[in-house]
Amino acid sequence: MIGPHRKTSRALPRFVLACIAATLAALVAACGTDYFEIPIETPIQPKLDVSPFQRVLVIGFVAGGTDDVDANQETVRLLRSQLRTKSSLKVIDADILPLIEVARDQSQQAPADDSNGPRGEGSAPPRPANGNGNGVGERIQGVSLPSNIKDEKDLEPYERLFANTAYWKRIGEEFQNPLIVTGTVLFTNRSTSGFVQRDQETFDSLGRRRVMPMRTYMERKGFILRPKFVFIDGRTGATMYSESYREEILYNAQQNTPALSSYFELMDRLVPNFLSALSSQKIRGTRVLLK
Amino acid sequence: MNTRLVAIVASAAVLAAAPSFADAKKDAKSQVEFGISVAQRGLWREAIYRWEKATQIDPSYAAAYNDLAIGYEHEGQLDKARKAYEKALELDPNNSQVRQNYELFKEINDRTAQKDK
Repeated sequence: MIGPHRKTSRALPRFVLACIAATLAALVAACGTDYFEIPIETPIQPKLDVSPFQRVLVIGFVAGGTDDVDANQETVRLLRSQLRTKSSLKVIDADILPLIEVARDQSQQAPADDSNGPRGEGSAPPRPANGNGNGVGERIQGVSLPSNIKDEKDLEPYERLFANTAYWKRIGEEFQNPLIVTGTVLFTNRSTSGFVQRDQETFDSLGRRRVMPMRTYMERKGFILRPKFVFIDGRTGATMYSESYREEILYNAQQNTPALSSYFELMDRLVPNFLSALSSQKIRGTRVLLK
Repeated sequence: MNTRLVAIVASAAVLAAAPSFADAKKDAKSQVEFGISVAQRGLWREAIYRWEKATQIDPSYAAAYNDLAIGYEHEGQLDKARKAYEKALELDPNNSQVRQNYELFKEINDRTAQKDK
C-alpha cells in the first residue's frame, strides 16, 4: 500500500511542474520576445571640410625608428591606396618626397642666402634630389636636426617643417592646390618582460574542456607605431588639422614576426581613424530594439 | 448631494477615459512593433516615422524612445539620438538594455566629439 501511495505523491509535483512549464511556454509563445538585436551602421561626418579640394597629395613623411621598414615609403603607399578606394578625392601619383632631407636642407641654408631674394615664380619646390635650393622663409633656421631619428625627441625638431607655409604653398601650386597629407611616422622596436595573464585550456579525466586564467612570466618583443598625420591646405600652405596616434603590438620573444607585417597590422588599426578625417565613415554595431 | 454628483461625474469621466487611454497605449505599441518589423527589413526612415508617432501617442513609452534613438543613430542624427536615449532612460532608468544601447552610442558620440576638438 505504501509503495503506490509514494509513487502518486512524487508524480503529482512533477505533473504540476510540467503544467506550469507548459503554461509558461505558452505564455512566452503568445507574448513573443520583447527585444530584438539589430545591426546598425552609424555614419560619421568627416572632420575636415574637403569640398574645396578635388585632389589629394600624400607627399611623404618624416620617418624614423627601425631600419627594417621604410616607414616613409610604406606609409605613403598605404595611405594612397586607401584613399583611392575609400575617398572621393582623386589621388595624385607623384614622387615621394624624402622630407628628412628637405628639412635638413632647409636648416642648413645659411642666413646669408637671404640676399639671393625670393625664388622666381614658377620655380619648382625645393627638392634635394634635383638640387633645388630653398627660398626665403623656407628654412628651419638655427635648428640642429639629428641625423638619425630613433625616438620622439629626435623627431621633434623636424615638426617645424610643417609650419613652413611658404614651402607647402609652393608644393600646392605645383600640383594645382590639392589637399596635402604629410606628417611624421615613428616605427620602433619594443621588448618587455613581466607577468602576463593568459587563458590556459585543460581537459579533465572525463574529457571536459576547462579554460583557466594563468599568470605566466614572459619575455615579449614587438613594435610601436606612432604616426602623426598633418593635413595642409595646398592653396595657402597652412595646416588645417593634425592628429597623432600610438599603437603597439607584442609577441612572444620566440616568435619571429617580420617588421613589415607588424607595421601593416598596426596601420590597419589606424587607417579608419585617418580616413574619418577626410571622408564619412560608417561604424558598425548592434543595438537592442524594444517593444 | 452636490458632492455625490461631482463624484459620480468624475468617476464616469475616468471610466470613459480609461478605454481610450488603453487604446492609445495599444496604438503606440502597434506603431513600435511595425517600426521594428520595417527596421529589420532596412526601412529605417519608415521605422523612425512610426516610432516618432508612438512617442506622440504615448509620451511615457520608454521603449519607443529607445527605438527612436537607435533609428536616429543609424541615420547619423547623433544629437537627436542622444536626446531620445536620455528621454528613454528618464522614463525607465533601470532598463539595462536601454542603458547598454546608450553606452554604445556614447562611445561613438565621444569619438566624434573628440575629433571636433
